[in-house]
Amino acid sequence: MKVIVPIKRVPDTAGDKPIDPETRTVDRDAVESILCPVNEFSIEEAVRLKENLGAEVTVLLVGPESAQSVVRKALSYGLDGAIQVTDDGIAGSDALGTARVIAKALESIEFDVVIFGNQSTDARTSLVPAAVAELLDLPSLTYARFLEIEGETITVHREHEEGYDVATAKLPAVVSVVEAINEPRYPSFKGIMAAKSKPLDVKSLADLGVEPEQVGAGAAAATMYAFEPRPPKEPGTIVEDDGSGSAASQLAQWMTDKKFI
Amino acid sequence: MSEILVLIDQTDGVVRRTSLQMLGAARGLAGDLSASVTAVWLGPGAEDAAGALSAHGADRIYHWDSDDARGYVTVPQVDALQAAVERSDAQVVLFASTNHVKDIAARLAIRLDAGVITDCTGLVVEDGRVVATKEVFGGDLITTSKVSGDRLQLLGVAANAFPVDESGSGEAELVVLDVTLSDGAKIAEVVEVSRQAATDRPDIADATVVVAGGRGLGKAEGFELMEKLGDAIGAGVGASRAATDAGWYPHRYQIGQTGRTISPSLYLGAGISGAIQHRAGMQTSQHIVAINKDPDAPIFQIADFGVVGDLYDVVPKLIEEIEARKG
Repeated sequence: MKVIVPIKRVPDTAGDKPIDPETRTVDRDAVESILCPVNEFSIEEAVRLKENLGAEVTVLLVGPESAQSVVRKALSYGLDGAIQVTDDGIAGSDALGTARVIAKALESIEFDVVIFGNQSTDARTSLVPAAVAELLDLPSLTYARFLEIEGETITVHREHEEGYDVATAKLPAVVSVVEAINEPRYPSFKGIMAAKSKPLDVKSLADLGVEPEQVGAGAAAATMYAFEPRPPKEPGTIVEDDGSGSAASQLAQWMTDKKFI
Repeated sequence: MSEILVLIDQTDGVVRRTSLQMLGAARGLAGDLSASVTAVWLGPGAEDAAGALSAHGADRIYHWDSDDARGYVTVPQVDALQAAVERSDAQVVLFASTNHVKDIAARLAIRLDAGVITDCTGLVVEDGRVVATKEVFGGDLITTSKVSGDRLQLLGVAANAFPVDESGSGEAELVVLDVTLSDGAKIAEVVEVSRQAATDRPDIADATVVVAGGRGLGKAEGFELMEKLGDAIGAGVGASRAATDAGWYPHRYQIGQTGRTISPSLYLGAGISGAIQHRAGMQTSQHIVAINKDPDAPIFQIADFGVVGDLYDVVPKLIEEIEARKG
């Protein structure tokens, strides 16, 4: 069984987010960047398939050369190898453009299941998994809080606002997982050391047969053309409770004034 | 006259609040686009909902009554929405920025080479095209975007961002959609639907008021108190990741960067310090209330009203106060 885990490099939520005024994209080399925290869950699920079904797991990253540290970080969880698609032509792609690159990369390899995180912590559009599935004519079993593979059949519990749907499909399939699915482990020291020598296959758009006009800023179907920082917030009212809960009546009064009661 | 399509988000005929807000948003665009507003209803139940949809701004309703809409994962709904777009020649489709609906938009965008903008909090018309504002990076930045060229505009509407319009006639035209399922429509089957026990408590994504508990609750039982508070004011109940990781409350209610993003009129956090990872999921809330023992907790920096104190002193009293004021 072959499992692909697409990963993303994202700005650390705790850091500043400088935007390049020329390109109106986040200056990803100027921010502290990390492996997307949601990928910890998709990687953990892949590691479990490796342990339970002997799956071979490859991570896939679309991003600049400088994102290689994030690939190595992902490999440190004990995965088998990586593909990194790096090309100047990718810069400025929207979610659908990124999905086209990922789909092309997947077309070039064999796989049984692709495990995404359900959202990235930066853009949070959640569009990429279903778009990739559409491009490859595959099932999109997204928002999985449970995943099981038996023979050629995959079953997931797809989380939604009212509960979950149990859905099944034949492999190959595209999956995205939510954080309820597992408790990610930390990389082991052995894993961290081994990650440095795991095979990393770097590919360009030309290697994948992607035409330059299909991706990048020029091809983006949705374009951001202005941005501004959120206006600063007025300081609020802070009251101290004396241990009797008496501050609750001040809060209730405030809530009444604002018509929440 | 062109049509703005609004993909109604509903479960078993129960229309989510966001759907009414989307109809309101569509009405806001209709004048400038010289367009009418068409609700798109997938699955059984359109007749029963027609009056309400029309009263909230729908001029007509396209519906597809097939059980296939829910019997298979996503693709039949994409086929149906595609049929609605092709029938109407619509340039704008509004959809709810909830998880499963985003999948429909993503697949349709690939099929039709359309553009998608999710989580829009503002929509205006410029030169005949829709300009969307959205909040990114947990609300740190507000961006303006539009779908480029003359592509179909698929616009995901954020919850609680648009007013509900109640000036509609109540009499919409019902039109049955003619849907041909694509080859891949039945590629993934829904074999079971598991619902949590029905309560009157709204989901945190829809709710106008959300109360949330965190590490400071100290134990799972603390959420009984939060639910009691929530029910007193008709609020949804959420949690910080510290609380869901501790197993005190289900993960689906986690507010934060790896969980859900909410934007209610009022957020009330108790025992939540307000780490940046949590704030990324709630700081666009209109009003923020915090109850925390630690006066230096970062959540007080964004709170409109903060109580420095023990939540176990303050919250029970607050429930009493609310009940008294309601009575």
